[in-house]
Amino acid sequence: MHPVTKTILQRLGLGFATLLVVSMIIFSSIEFLPGDFGEAILGQAALPETVAAFRAELGLDLPLHERYLDWLGGIMTGDMGNSFSGRGASTGGDRSRAVVELIGPRIENTLFLASMAAIIAVPLALFLGVTTALYRNSIYDRMVNGITLTTISFPEFFVAYILILIFSSFFKVFPSLANISQDATFLEQAYLSALPAITLTLVIVAHMMRMTRAAIINLMASPYIEMAELKGISKSQIIIKHALPNAWAPIVNVIAFNLAYLVVGVVVVEVVFVYPGVGQLMVDAVTSRDVPVVQGCAIIFAATYILLNLLADIISIATNPRLLHPR
Amino acid sequence: MSNQNKGKKGDVLLEMRDIVIDGFSDDKWHPIIKGADLVLRRGEVMGIIGESGAGKSTLGLASMGFARPGCEIHGGTINFDGIDLIAATESERRQLRGSRIAYVAQSAAASFNPAHRLIDQTIEACLSHGISSEEEARSDAKQLFADLQLPQPNTIGDRYPHQVSGGQLQRVMTAMAMSSRPDLIIFDEPTTALDVTTQVEVLASMRLIVEKYNTAAIYITHDLAVVAQMADVIKVLRYGETVENADTRSMLSNPKKEYTKSLWSVRSIEKEEAISKDIVLKVDRVDAAYSGGIKVLDNISIDIPRGQTIAIVGESGSGKSTTARVMTGLLPPLKGAVLFNGKPLPPMLKDRSVEQLKKIQMIYQSADTAMNPRHTVRDVIGRPLEFYLGLKGKALDDRLVELLNLIELDESFIDRLPAEMSGGQKQRVCIARALAAEPEVIICDEVTSALDQIVQKGILSLLLRLQKELGITYIFITHDIATVKAISDQIVVMFQGKVVEQGMKSEILSPPFLDYTNLLLSSVPEMDPDWLTGLLEQREKAERLS
Repeated sequence: MHPVTKTILQRLGLGFATLLVVSMIIFSSIEFLPGDFGEAILGQAALPETVAAFRAELGLDLPLHERYLDWLGGIMTGDMGNSFSGRGASTGGDRSRAVVELIGPRIENTLFLASMAAIIAVPLALFLGVTTALYRNSIYDRMVNGITLTTISFPEFFVAYILILIFSSFFKVFPSLANISQDATFLEQAYLSALPAITLTLVIVAHMMRMTRAAIINLMASPYIEMAELKGISKSQIIIKHALPNAWAPIVNVIAFNLAYLVVGVVVVEVVFVYPGVGQLMVDAVTSRDVPVVQGCAIIFAATYILLNLLADIISIATNPRLLHPR
Repeated sequence: MSNQNKGKKGDVLLEMRDIVIDGFSDDKWHPIIKGADLVLRRGEVMGIIGESGAGKSTLGLASMGFARPGCEIHGGTINFDGIDLIAATESERRQLRGSRIAYVAQSAAASFNPAHRLIDQTIEACLSHGISSEEEARSDAKQLFADLQLPQPNTIGDRYPHQVSGGQLQRVMTAMAMSSRPDLIIFDEPTTALDVTTQVEVLASMRLIVEKYNTAAIYITHDLAVVAQMADVIKVLRYGETVENADTRSMLSNPKKEYTKSLWSVRSIEKEEAISKDIVLKVDRVDAAYSGGIKVLDNISIDIPRGQTIAIVGESGSGKSTTARVMTGLLPPLKGAVLFNGKPLPPMLKDRSVEQLKKIQMIYQSADTAMNPRHTVRDVIGRPLEFYLGLKGKALDDRLVELLNLIELDESFIDRLPAEMSGGQKQRVCIARALAAEPEVIICDEVTSALDQIVQKGILSLLLRLQKELGITYIFITHDIATVKAISDQIVVMFQGKVVEQGMKSEILSPPFLDYTNLLLSSVPEMDPDWLTGLLEQREKAERLS
């Protein structure tokens, strides 16, 4: 087997093991949260017997490891259990919905917004990183650095409101609410999500751009860069052909980190634009102690992080000629 | 290929006058080149020699109108075939680089981009300057690989830099420089990083190709014997100024200036060999391999006599450094044992006691990487004093000063950082660090090969003096036969993981030779300008006979 294939399979295995450990931590840590869903729903005044019966109905009286295995087995088959909400004792009937059903459309929305932001931010960051490395210490370099640092330094909601002020109030270009619905067309969705996507771009571009710039500048002192200069290769060609291919490993890692943030860390932006994403769903579920939904969101977030970092690892390995072409 | 009108052999190609180059550091400009002149004719090879810091590379690069970052050309004129390189714009200079002037760097391993195939890098300059089409350039590169006697010239270019050896890389770089058929090539210490046996091959192929295409060259080196083989004229450089200019033969036979004479007489250390039967360290039938790989050491047995110097010689890959790693416990052997004063040492480093660790110390080739750049001399030498001997406070300071005096540095060095010292001074500090543990055996792994000859001489005499005063045993790993002659009592010759020969210096270095020892010894360049030609003829004859 090619050593790279072997390494990648190893990484995949490791990623899976990590996910398993994370699932245990998620499950048990929620268990240790104070309070109880039964009490929260039925109120402080409920009789202990009523609470116990309600707990039995939800399966909360079973031992921890049994519930964990049950939950894990469900996830493996794409079933994350049923939401607690809607099972109010007051109504008697079971109107609860499957967690997958709740999360499904939300994750689609989140991924849509994340991809939109990524499609703008990643090429922009790479372009700015390469050009600032090329014109290092010029006015252009300082301006780009200054502007991106400024946008990353403001809190997200502040950037969001400023954008709303400019693009929705002064110039009515984009809507301030991004309450997209399932039946909107792709273009409508894109139009509605423009402001949140721009906000996210402004928040993440600095990090990726600065790493690109630093990784390239770090390589510019290498003897092979001097060699390329002495071969009469132009500065921009040197950066694109000689520095960038060797700089991917650190850049890709930062990109993966930021993409993961786009999926799991955007709840503030979602709230500002009333965007129906997973972040809001999770926050709501935490407030109402809807444990299955919280666990479902958490495991999806964990998987996103692990998957993206795994991808970054694999790209770093695959762009290293020493590993790709062994002796 | 380049179809510009090539002038006649003997016309002036490059003329540099009153060159002044300054380097910027510590908020000040420091002179590197102070008004040097250089005149090179077509088809001529000029050797530039001098110690490190003499400004050889800086002057060589200036002939391309290039100054390294932090350096600037502040005065003088550079005229390359009628083009004023000082007045030219950066893009005009860029047009010349890689087309009419090419450069071959010292470390081929670092100067090739690890991300691209060799052939793509070889033809890059030709393509970017529009000298030839990609197809032409590729077939020409293969021809050049063949001219340079590279193995599998048709396919070697498809490999990546890490997939070929150092000597092969150096030849590929020569092909890369040659690809545009430049008028001038700058060779910047191209063989310094190679073993003697490889060096001979690379030198021969470089000389061949320079002659074949009648290219002018500047050959920068600190190795006189090498320059004698390559150059028609020699320029001696010191502190950025020309000391002496002359054609090779008269320079070698009759150097005029004191400094040149001192360069010529460097290799004058000679050690009386002594015989000792008292064995301090014994390597007993050791096999070793790196994790899961093929056997690097095959049944190695070496006896190391107390208070003597034993030199382990061989080309790179012969297992010299691996032997040292087994002795120090860095690499546990597959089989066999290392005995210290008759008692076996635990194979793994972590199982050895502090007392056992303290007795065997190491000095490395590159003092730069062997010291933490943020540690002062006090930290570097003080650490083993604390760790092995438990010294503190005043006792520690006193011992530090004593050690500094021992390595011939004064107390002012105590608070310096590695960056504030020269290469030789750094290596001295590394010696003091080894001495601090009060060892019985010091393993010296190529300790002088990164230093130029005058500094080497200082380090070798220091090591000899310390041995006389302190009775330390040295294990000297080197590929440099001159160093071996200077310092050893006994010699071990290694080849492909085996000991081929072991004995007293006088036996090994005098006939009859074993085949491999003979190859190794005959590959050491001599100061005779006809040496390489003679050697190649001899080898060719021997090959025809067999």
